[in-house]
Amino acid sequence: MTQHAALTIDQTEKALVFAFSGDLDAKGIASVWDTACSRMRKAAGPALAIDLSGIEYFDTAGAAFIAHLEQMAEDRSWGKTDITGLDPAAFDLVARIRHTTSETPGKAAAHRGGLRTFVENKGRGLDHFLQDAHTFIAFFGELVRAFLSSLAHPGRVRWAETLRVAERAGADALPIVALISFIVGLVMAFQSAIPMKMFGAEIYVANLIGMAMVRELGPLMTAIVLAGRSASAFAAEIGTMKINEEIDALTVMGLEPVRFLILPRVMASTLMTPLLTVFAILVGILGGAVVLLSLGHPFVAYYNQVAGFVSWGDFVGGIIKCFVFGVLIAATGCIRGYQTSQGPSAVGEAATRAVVSSIILIAVFDGIFSILYYVLGV
Amino acid sequence: MKEPIIQVENLFAGYHGQAIMEDLTFDIQKGEIFVILGGSGCGKSTVLKHMIGLLPPVSGRVLINGQDMITATGKTKNQMLRQIGVAFQNSALFGSMTVLENIMLPLQEFTRLPKDALFTIARAKLRLVDLSGRGHLLPGELSGGMKKRAAIARAMALDPAIVFLDEPSAGLDPLTSAELDLLIMDLARTLGITFVIVTHELESILTIADAVIMLETDIKGIIAAGSPKDLKDDPSNAYAYQFFNRKPRRDKNP
Repeated sequence: MTQHAALTIDQTEKALVFAFSGDLDAKGIASVWDTACSRMRKAAGPALAIDLSGIEYFDTAGAAFIAHLEQMAEDRSWGKTDITGLDPAAFDLVARIRHTTSETPGKAAAHRGGLRTFVENKGRGLDHFLQDAHTFIAFFGELVRAFLSSLAHPGRVRWAETLRVAERAGADALPIVALISFIVGLVMAFQSAIPMKMFGAEIYVANLIGMAMVRELGPLMTAIVLAGRSASAFAAEIGTMKINEEIDALTVMGLEPVRFLILPRVMASTLMTPLLTVFAILVGILGGAVVLLSLGHPFVAYYNQVAGFVSWGDFVGGIIKCFVFGVLIAATGCIRGYQTSQGPSAVGEAATRAVVSSIILIAVFDGIFSILYYVLGV
Repeated sequence: MKEPIIQVENLFAGYHGQAIMEDLTFDIQKGEIFVILGGSGCGKSTVLKHMIGLLPPVSGRVLINGQDMITATGKTKNQMLRQIGVAFQNSALFGSMTVLENIMLPLQEFTRLPKDALFTIARAKLRLVDLSGRGHLLPGELSGGMKKRAAIARAMALDPAIVFLDEPSAGLDPLTSAELDLLIMDLARTLGITFVIVTHELESILTIADAVIMLETDIKGIIAAGSPKDLKDDPSNAYAYQFFNRKPRRDKNP
């Protein structure tokens, strides 16, 4: 059981005398540290004498304390500190610890960016953004090259891995995509039916649901669900592989990581996103049908409204977007995984960045498609 | 007079009720550098995990200063854990904290020292392991050898009576490994710490170990025990002799 250390202070003409007793370990010195240090600050010297003959236990914490007091005396240009009552091994320990550098973990805070100025932060942010854009462009270039190479040599594509990813990112996502689309269709129909009823145009809710689901919400909701589900999974998977040096192992084996790891994911995601979108559109329209049926409209009338209003052009326009979204989701997830740094939070950060980046890119590209379709008159 | 600080009694080491080592019994004396030795995958690290209370054994007892580590709970277990420090094989430094913060963490949690005292003690530990001036770095910025030394410094933060080291020299170059050996011997001599080291680095064992037990998979137990020099020079224990003299067992895979 640790006994607290006790300190007796005596100021003589020759020196300030500290006599310690009890246990000089981490727990023991807690009770005398402040007293001794503050007395040192106030005292005029001319030297320090430390009597340790009364101590019962001494370890590195005690040695650090004695070395600290010695250092304080030295900083004040006092005479040589006289230490008595220590056995040779303990004295040796104090000698080893003497003149420890005065670094503090505060430097680490600066190192991590805590003290950066606002301007420096903004500059670094811009630099980071430009580097990121460069990485994305270079990565897409590599991806296209790998894809063209796989067209020339289809046998080199890892089809089994592609199917495995397609099952996980596509088939396994069916329930969540269905649930979200059904609720979106249902809520949208319900919310729009109320004002439409005021104009006697309740049946046109079918047109609204059909067009919105086919052109916008079907592709967008599916893409956002996949961004949350698959982009993060790809980032975490590839990030973990990077930390475990598996990607380095692939590289030194002469296997291109882009072809080996990323192409199967991008291909699977690009093929699965449109399929899931078709499913999402159907389920979303079904959600709208439930509301209109409950309001007394026959299913045939709902079907005829949707089929008569939504054209194949709308459908194809919606599906083309999905191919692009699929590429964006997988590529972003893989890039973020590839950029994983070291540390315990690195994989989590990569997954978060993958989701955020892919959702931003999906929104940006959806806007670009809207303008493009408007200009083309689709 | 010898004074055992750790007593392992009839320990059946393993996972999920399946023993990979059976009926291990040995004592570790205070201030000793004790090495648990054996071939790869023989269960050395599993035995260590039982000894530090991380993993419940199939059966048996591990007494630290006379108290059973395995059955201890609550306050007793916490008090026992404060008597030991562990440096894991992959260092297990907290990556989000600097080296100095890693070392200060146990001091902050278990003492009421003022902040400048925490810094002073943590810096002293860094100096002991020859890492002065590196405290502000994150573990990711350290080399393998530095990480190992930082992990030892953290294990010693509370000046424990026993320090367990799992493969301290694994992956280190011979020079760094030799420096680490010197550090361990120095700390054992200066501070009287008992070291329990799991390793199969022969050079290291011959340099630092006071006592060795050697585990062997086929017999699921201790095949040899004693001082490393005795085991190296004694041909009567064929396995230990072959192991220490790096002679392959040609009869094993005919």
